[in-house]
Amino acid sequence: MQPILQVKNIRKTYDAKNYVLDDIDFTISKGEVVVILGPSGCGKSTFLRCLNRLEEINAGQLILKGEDITYSGNLSQIRQNIGMVFQNYELFPNLTVLENILLAPTVVLKEKKAQATQQALQLLNRVGLEEKAQAYPRQLSGGQKQRVAIVRALIMRPEILLLDEITAALDPEMVREVLQVVLELASEHKTMVIVTHEMAFAQAVANRILFLDKGKVVEEATPDEFFTHPQTLRAQQFLNTFHYDMVNKGEKDNATL
Amino acid sequence: MDSLGISILLKGTYFLQLLKGLSVTIEIAVISMFLSLVFGFIVGILMNSHNKIVQIFFRLYLESVRILPQLVLLYLVYFGAATNFGLNLSGFTAAVIAFTYWGAAEMGDLVRSSLISVDPHQYESAYGLGLKKHQVYRFIIIPQTVKRLIPSVINLFTRMVKTTSLVVLIGVVEVVKVGKQIIDVNRFIDPNSAIWIYGTIFLMYFVICYPFTKLASYLENKVA
Repeated sequence: MQPILQVKNIRKTYDAKNYVLDDIDFTISKGEVVVILGPSGCGKSTFLRCLNRLEEINAGQLILKGEDITYSGNLSQIRQNIGMVFQNYELFPNLTVLENILLAPTVVLKEKKAQATQQALQLLNRVGLEEKAQAYPRQLSGGQKQRVAIVRALIMRPEILLLDEITAALDPEMVREVLQVVLELASEHKTMVIVTHEMAFAQAVANRILFLDKGKVVEEATPDEFFTHPQTLRAQQFLNTFHYDMVNKGEKDNATL
Repeated sequence: MDSLGISILLKGTYFLQLLKGLSVTIEIAVISMFLSLVFGFIVGILMNSHNKIVQIFFRLYLESVRILPQLVLLYLVYFGAATNFGLNLSGFTAAVIAFTYWGAAEMGDLVRSSLISVDPHQYESAYGLGLKKHQVYRFIIIPQTVKRLIPSVINLFTRMVKTTSLVVLIGVVEVVKVGKQIIDVNRFIDPNSAIWIYGTIFLMYFVICYPFTKLASYLENKVA
């Protein structure tokens, strides 16, 4: 499979002493879904933000479809190719749902409004929100906002979609409706890099897991390998934090949350 | 002759003259406010500049305007320009310059604070979609800023309307001055006219400013 994005030995630091990202090598091919796991502060989000250059790296190389974009001045183009959805569903409160979705295609891609509207409504329909097209973000639930944010990124037809803890700010019952959309995208072989704390979802959606700790890739494996036989002690410890021992039942079973 | 005080308003064209004076008041306030809005946006954006020198410059500008009474500012522009630069500004022009200088500083500070009150994630998600800096400001940041600004801009505007009563001191004939003239002319015929004239002027200011303060508090509730 052809690699879409190659990341070569990137490093990132804010104070020239501590490296938030320390020599990360990573390649993602068309249609692949890579999930990045790791404890808080391990650099997962920073890593994603470096991929579309919301943050600049201090060393290394970014290669998008064979083209070196590490220092490319055309950030707009890079971000058209690498879409992103954030944790805090940052819809624009001054625009309706439809206007939120249409802004980038009409302003950045200079598409005709009628044509873009048709696409937007199709995508909204797909995530079950067609009737909310004229609503304002404040009238939506968190889960609905996040689905709109996904549509807003999708309409740009990015080569890669980055999802940065998109369910972290949601109530548990809304997590499912958002992750369902992502699972469907994965089944259509949309290329995605996902940061998440939902382990069951990670296992279901990923082709590959990247486990980060202290800015380094500690383990890289298929989801089955990673969740059943993690190789490193650090990964074992991390996965154990999601296990709770049964209390007062006299059994040795573990419950997984 | 012991006339009923209120009749002074019906005498000749006095009421019309008061309205004319009021139009000068409004003209000064509206022109100054418009210019303050334009310059205030520029000042506000520059106040958020990362350049230390620019920051200090605008900080000093704002503080100096706040410390200075508006009357002193008016005198500085009107008499200062004439004596130091040989500029013979009309009272009207001097008033507009002084009020704009004051308004742009106040407006700038309002714009500055409303710009930083926009969630930083808004910039990020806009940049993340591939928008360029000027597009981010035009479609996302400025519209959100404007909405937050409306109440405080209206407050500034009503303050400006009221402060125009000072321009009489640099020779501009606005509503208060017209009233004073009417009272002076009728001093012996109708010694009780002051209360009626100034009462009318009070009502005139009220009619202009009250709807605005009402609108401001309505919008304040709506935005919050």
